[in-house]
Order: sequence, then structure tokens, then C-alpha cells
Amino acid sequence: MSNVQSSPIDSLLTDHQPIVNDFQIMIATVNGSGSQTANTAILRALFRMGIPVSGKNIFPSNIQGLPTWFTIRLSKDGYTARRMDYQILVAMNRTTAAEDIKELPPQGVCLYPEEWQIQHDRDDITYYPIPVKALVDASDTPSNLTSYVSNMAYVGVLATLLNIDMEQIRFALDFHFDGKAKPVNMNMAIVTAAYEWAQDNLAKTDPYMVEPMDKTQGMLLLDGNSAGALGSVFGGVSFSAWYPITPSTSMIDSLRAYLSDLRTDPETGLATYAVVQAEDEIGAIGMVIGAGWAGARAMTATSGPGLSLMTEFAGLAYYAEVPAVVWDVQRMGPSTGLPTRTAQGDVLTAYFLGHGDTKHPVLFPRDVHEAFEFGWKAFDLAERLQTPIFVLSDLDLGMNLWMSEPFDYPDTPMDRGKVLTAEDLEELDGFARYADVDGDGIGYRTLPGTDHPKAAYLARGTGHNEQARYSERPEDWVKNMERLNRKFDTARSLIPAPDVDEAGAEIGLIAYGTTHACVVEARDRLEAEGIATDYLRLRALPLNGVTRDFIEQHSRIYVVENNTDGQMAQIIRMEFPDLAPRVFSLAYSDGLPLTPRWLTAAVLEQER
Amino acid sequence: MGTRVNLIGLQRNDYKGGDSTLCQGCGHNSISNQIVAVCYDLSINPHDVIKLSGIGCSSKSPAYFLNRSHGFNALHGRMPAIATGSTTANNRLIAIGVSGDGDTGSIGLGQFKHMVRRNVPVVYIVENNGVYGLTKGQFSATADIGQELKYAGMNELPPIDICLEALAADASFVARSFAGDSKQVRELLKAAIRHRGTAVLDIISPCVTFNNHESSTKSYPYGKAHEEPLQDITFIPEQEPIIVDMMEPGQVQAVELHDGSHLVLKKLDPDKHDPTDKMAAFRLIEEAREANQFITGLIYVEEDRPTLAETSHMVDTPLVHLTDEQLRPPREKLDRLLDHLTCCN
Repeated sequence: MSNVQSSPIDSLLTDHQPIVNDFQIMIATVNGSGSQTANTAILRALFRMGIPVSGKNIFPSNIQGLPTWFTIRLSKDGYTARRMDYQILVAMNRTTAAEDIKELPPQGVCLYPEEWQIQHDRDDITYYPIPVKALVDASDTPSNLTSYVSNMAYVGVLATLLNIDMEQIRFALDFHFDGKAKPVNMNMAIVTAAYEWAQDNLAKTDPYMVEPMDKTQGMLLLDGNSAGALGSVFGGVSFSAWYPITPSTSMIDSLRAYLSDLRTDPETGLATYAVVQAEDEIGAIGMVIGAGWAGARAMTATSGPGLSLMTEFAGLAYYAEVPAVVWDVQRMGPSTGLPTRTAQGDVLTAYFLGHGDTKHPVLFPRDVHEAFEFGWKAFDLAERLQTPIFVLSDLDLGMNLWMSEPFDYPDTPMDRGKVLTAEDLEELDGFARYADVDGDGIGYRTLPGTDHPKAAYLARGTGHNEQARYSERPEDWVKNMERLNRKFDTARSLIPAPDVDEAGAEIGLIAYGTTHACVVEARDRLEAEGIATDYLRLRALPLNGVTRDFIEQHSRIYVVENNTDGQMAQIIRMEFPDLAPRVFSLAYSDGLPLTPRWLTAAVLEQER
Repeated sequence: MGTRVNLIGLQRNDYKGGDSTLCQGCGHNSISNQIVAVCYDLSINPHDVIKLSGIGCSSKSPAYFLNRSHGFNALHGRMPAIATGSTTANNRLIAIGVSGDGDTGSIGLGQFKHMVRRNVPVVYIVENNGVYGLTKGQFSATADIGQELKYAGMNELPPIDICLEALAADASFVARSFAGDSKQVRELLKAAIRHRGTAVLDIISPCVTFNNHESSTKSYPYGKAHEEPLQDITFIPEQEPIIVDMMEPGQVQAVELHDGSHLVLKKLDPDKHDPTDKMAAFRLIEEAREANQFITGLIYVEEDRPTLAETSHMVDTPLVHLTDEQLRPPREKLDRLLDHLTCCN
């Protein structure tokens, strides 16, 4: 590597047009090596420069040693979907380096530790060796911390090569370490040393650059698990029980942190909430149902295997009509599947969780903004409908950082549903728990502890009549199930309505949850190919007339989802059998978020 | 003379439940009757009580007492979870859970032990008959080794001892009784209700239909012939002073419960057992098992062990009584958090 006098940016080869704010960086590391700090520092610094970014961590189910990839996508147009290709590789994992380098396109860039002394086998990419060890050795980092800070070397070198604002990197580290000067300075020292080394020693021969924009002003960067937890706190959650399972665990970690901040009694310092780590997911959902029955806003968070364990209790809560909120941060199944990879594979399971004729409202947040919104709305729905509400997030939303507009404070007061007080009971002279007084299928309930001789009823999963008494009479059974169906019809109008974007196109796309990011970009690409699409984004199940109308108005409907069996397409065909012939499934699942490239090609293949 | 009422002006009838659909003579019915008697005697407001159960004959019984109390007939073996959630949501509720040996000893053993470990405030009654009644006569996990049943044949496996499992999970109140010994059941129930953590009451409650023959240790004939009470138990409510004269050193032990009430234990054998000694409790159960003795009474009590609410550092106000303003933080709090997260402050 020759020393050059001018700044690397000045030496940018003039025969290449610079590629600005529209490329992807992939950082390949070894799991457990502490690269997350470095990666999020780059991501946040770019975000603070006003450039639309998205970051995705593709990590193994492992504590230490297996390969991890972190992608940072810059998109001047604001796209946040996963991009398959990457132009800049930071190769920090020797095991995967050869494969990772092979995937680079011509003009690609490879940063790697100088100590590896690898052969520069490709002449169509630029190699930049980084003297990681020398830079760390030259710093006064305590020896036990060197492995933690060594990743900062690539941060500094990237800052030079791409022209990332060093001040924003400092801000990002300050945010990451919550203002603690010592770790910020220690990490920043390596970043600066690497930055200066690169300024002095590297001749830039690649076209990739960043430039400040104004596209992120007023926005925030957060993961979906934190957003959902924060939304739950503003929904008034006071009880949570859970069992650790990837990728939902950090949701409860966040919930505890936010509750500790926002729900500690200022006078006594005591908690106005309880978070219980259960012995398993059966215990977790049982505790939530117990608390919901007693009148608390209660929630749990889990993932596929945990959801399976909650099956029997979900059926009980449906039939005994107890409010509960269950977040399922979906991962790959069946079985243990791929615990650290994303999917939308629990749609059918969640919708019908339980045995017998059981069905549940299911919400699908598309991003962190909606994760916050559904966080509080789920409790209103659960208490209004007196039934479990399932919120289906996924690993991509839950554990990755997403840009978002600031969250909106709840615009409606808490809806505690139909609960009778002692005074109400006095006036009414009693009540029948499962009677359909209002014609909407929703009965009135009383809470344990209500001081009235006629307040009590026995909640049960066994067959019961309107008075909640055990009954094996066929007509009681039928009447109750008809009322539950009426209640489910009421749910159709209470749940968040679909988001429709239509302009008279011949074909329509239906998607839900995190695939939204992919659909947005794919629609633009299809438009460029001359294929106009209308788009309906489902925000919840059960379906209602809006979806039916949308399907009726299009000759062909493509249901886009990140699973193998096309689960939502199955539900749509089942609920609207007369429209089934025009409903096509575009389902794909390989552990990673769907890409616009795949969706565009999939639609083109059908349409041409 | 008017109808008899208790301290809160309720008649005994105000505590009754629906008609039992269990078999005539079932031990469970007698336990239900004692629950009614005890709640009346202690002048407990029925609306402060929640009745919880799992699945099985025993778990049907909450319908047969305290009609004026809310109840939750949950899933097989999962009543502990319902008890944990409901009592944590509302710490004013007095939870009376009724379970069976299948419910607690088999399918729900895990939940049972974790509830005990958390010291959830619940009176946890196991109506233990060593047999599955509703599915018509299979062995349960508490059946004796070598026992024979009409259809199930011979039981080859050792029994799970509910009291031993409770002790191993650090239970703060463990007692064993016999449905045929109404007085003892009653006094233990009173103490269990006043105990502030999990009170485990393993009550041998004979199944008159499937397991009431002489060879079963969970039958009336066996229980009546072999019951060896550890103590003569008297519960003294907090309102009443203990008469000091009753205290005969070495013979009488008074255990003070958290609310100031007392359990006065008159030892029937002075060397026999100190219920505040955990190692002695383990030894007692194991030795009784080896000697085929049917020991009843208070096996272990530890009044000071913190409850789940205490280890969770919760406010005293029941969570369900918090106002909407207390539940939903104000707009400024969200603004402050968002301000911290937003670009580029």
C-alpha cells in the first residue's frame, strides 16, 4: 500500500461516477466479538447525517464463534427492504471471507485485517487491508478490552473511505453508551486512529460515498421489540409473565426497563406492575389469563415454540372469554427451526390457536411505528372483546433497527370494556355473564373482589349457559357458539382496518407485517416495468368487507408473505371461497426478509 | 331468636355452593363443607375469595361451595398459573385452590412446585385419593406401590409425596390431613387461609367408587384405622388472646401467623415433631413412609418467607385498583423518551 499525500476523497478515480447514498455495506464478523457496537455506530451516524438507512443483523443461534453478518443499507430514496447484494464488504471473519468476497460485484470493496495477508484474487474489486492489531496495540486500551474495541478500526477506515462525519460517530457512540464518557472515549480513540491512518495511507479507488441529506430529521431509529414494549406501557400494562425465547426476549427486557422508568411509584419507589419470569410458556400464558380475569392489563411475548405451548390456554381464554395480549415475535419453524431467522409462519397457528372451534383476532404491525400503536391498542381490543389478542411481529421487525416517524400518544382513552361495578349490579339486580344483552355478542363481566352478593360467576372452559353454570344441554352449547361467532363478527369492525392504496390497476397485491417494506419497493420496480399494482396491506385478522371489495375489484390478487405455505392466501380463499380463483400466493421463506428483487421477479413471472 | 350470623352479619347459607355432582360419600364433599364452615367462622367476605381449580373430580368442587365468590375452573394441572396471575393482579383476594393428585402430582407437578417456590398467596388443597376418578380408575402418581385396582392391575411405581415435593420447593406451609377428620381439616384450613404465602394442604380424600378398599392407604377404612395426628390443632383468630394457661412447656406450641392469629398445637407425642424445623419435616415424612404410617397435622410452617409480591417489590395497592391515569404515563413522558431517540437532538 503506497503512501499518498492527498486526501483519499480527492484521489477518487475520475472515470467512475461516484455512487452516493445508494449501496449496501456488509460486515461479516464472528458471533460474540462485540461488533454490534461498531455496526450500530455506523448505522446511527449515517442516520444522523440525514441519510435513510436500515440495518439487519443476520446472526446464528450461538453465543460465540459462529458467523454473523450485519448489513447496512443506504437508500437515498428511502427504501428499507432487505437488499440481497452488497457493494462494500468488511471481512472480519476469516472462515467466511472467501465466500463473502466472491459475492462482491465488480467495483466492490473489501476491507479486511492486514494480518490475514490474503491474496488479492480479484482484480475487479478494491482491497483495503486494515492494520487492526497495530492500531489497537498503539492505543492505550487495557488488554482485557482490546477485542471489544478492535472492531472500531473498520469504523474509522469506513469513515475515511465513505466520508462519514466523525462527529456523528461520536454522537452515535455517546447514544450507545448512554453518555458514559469512558467507553465512548476508549472506542472513539480507535475510530480516530483508524480514520487518521486511512487518511494518510489509503488511496481511494472505489466509487462509493456518502453525503449528508435531510431525510431523517425528526425521525427515530428503534427496534420493534422496544417499540412494542413501549406501546404496551402506554397501553397501561400492569402484569406480564414470560419465558425467555429468541427472538422475543428483548421485548420483555425492554418492557421491564420502560416499566421501571415509567411505572415506579414516586413516593414508595415500589412497582405499580409485576413482571414474572415463568417456568415455561404454559405458565406464562396462564398467569396472564389469571391476571386478565382479575382485571389487569396483562401480556406475554413469545415465539413459535412458545405459542404452541400456549395452545390449550388460548382455547380456554377464548371460551371463558378472558382478555389477554400475546405477542408472537415469529421465527422460523416448524419445530426448533432456525431460532435466529425471520418468518411469517405462525399466521394460521395464531388465528386458530386452540382445539375445537377457536379463532382469535390477530394484529400485524408493519414497522416500529405500528408496533408502538398496536402495543396499546391490543389492550383496548382485548378488554372490549374479552378475548386474547395476538400481535404477530417477527424477528426482522423485533430485533433490527428501523427508522420511524415519532410515535403518537394514544388518541383515545383506555377502553376497559363491559365491566359491571357493584353499583351497576345493584341497579340491574344481578347479571348473566354470557348473555348477549347488546346484540354484539359481547357479554358483561364482573371482576373478582366486586363487593356485591350477585357479582360472582365461575369462569370455566367446560360447557356453560348464559349464567356461566355448567351445562351439557345441546341448545346451550349452540347458543353460546353462535354468540361467540357474533362477537367475532363484531371484532371485524373493531380491529385496525386494512390500508388500501389503489388507483384502478388490474392486479392487486395483498401483504401484511414486515413484508410491507419489500412491497413498497417492488411496486416501484414493477411500475418501471410497466406493471401498475394496487395494494392492500392487512393490519389484522379477521378479514372484513374492505378486503373483499379490494379482491372483487381486481382480476388477479397476489398475496405476498414470508412463509412456505402461503398461509394468509389460504385464509383469504377460505373466508371468500367465491373469490378464491383470483387469489394467487407469492410465498417464500428462506430465513431472511423478502427482497424487492424476488417479489418483482415473482410478479413478472406471473404477469408475462 | 334470629338466625345465627357471623361477625359480618352473614348466615352460613351465604357461604354455600351448588349441589354436588360428585359421588355420595366422596371425601371431596366433606372438604367443601369444611371450607364453607371455615369461611363462615372466620367471617370472611365471600366476595374477597376466589375459588380456583384445575381438572378432575376435585376441581369440580369449587362449584359446591361459596356461590358468592368468583371462581375459575382452569386447565388440568394449570391452576397455579391462574392463582399466580390473579393474586398478583389483586393482592386483596383470598385464593382457595382445589386440586387433585392427578392435577398436582402428574400433569401439574411443575407448575405446583414453581408456585410454591414463588410463595404465591394461595391456599392450595390437594384432594388426594390416589386414583383418576373421571376417567374411571387409573392409578395416579400418588398411588401406593404394590396397590391393586380392579381394572388397572398392580401399581409398580413408588408414589410421589405431595408434602415432600412442597418442602423441596421451599414451601412456607405444609400440612397433611384426612377428609374423615373434620376438626383437623377445619383448623388447618383456618391457619392456611391466614398464612400469607402458599399453604399446601395435602388431604387424603377417599374415592368411594374406585379406591375405597382396605388395601388402599387412601381409603376411609385405612384412614380411620391408621391416622396418627401429630398434634391436637386449634386455630385462634387474631381477635382472641391466647390463654397462657394452655401453654404447657414442651407440650404446646403456638405458631403466630402474620395477621396476629395463632395456631396452637398440642403435641400428642412430645418427642415427635417441631413444625418450624425443616430438616425434621423431611425426616418425618420419609420415616412415616418407611414405617407405613399415616401421619397428619402441620408438618412445616415458615411465616416469614417473603411472598411473590414482596420479592417483586410491588406497591400495596392492588394493580387492578390503579386508575387509568396511573396505568398510562402522561404525554410528557412519551415526548421526553422520543426526544431522546429522535434525530438529531
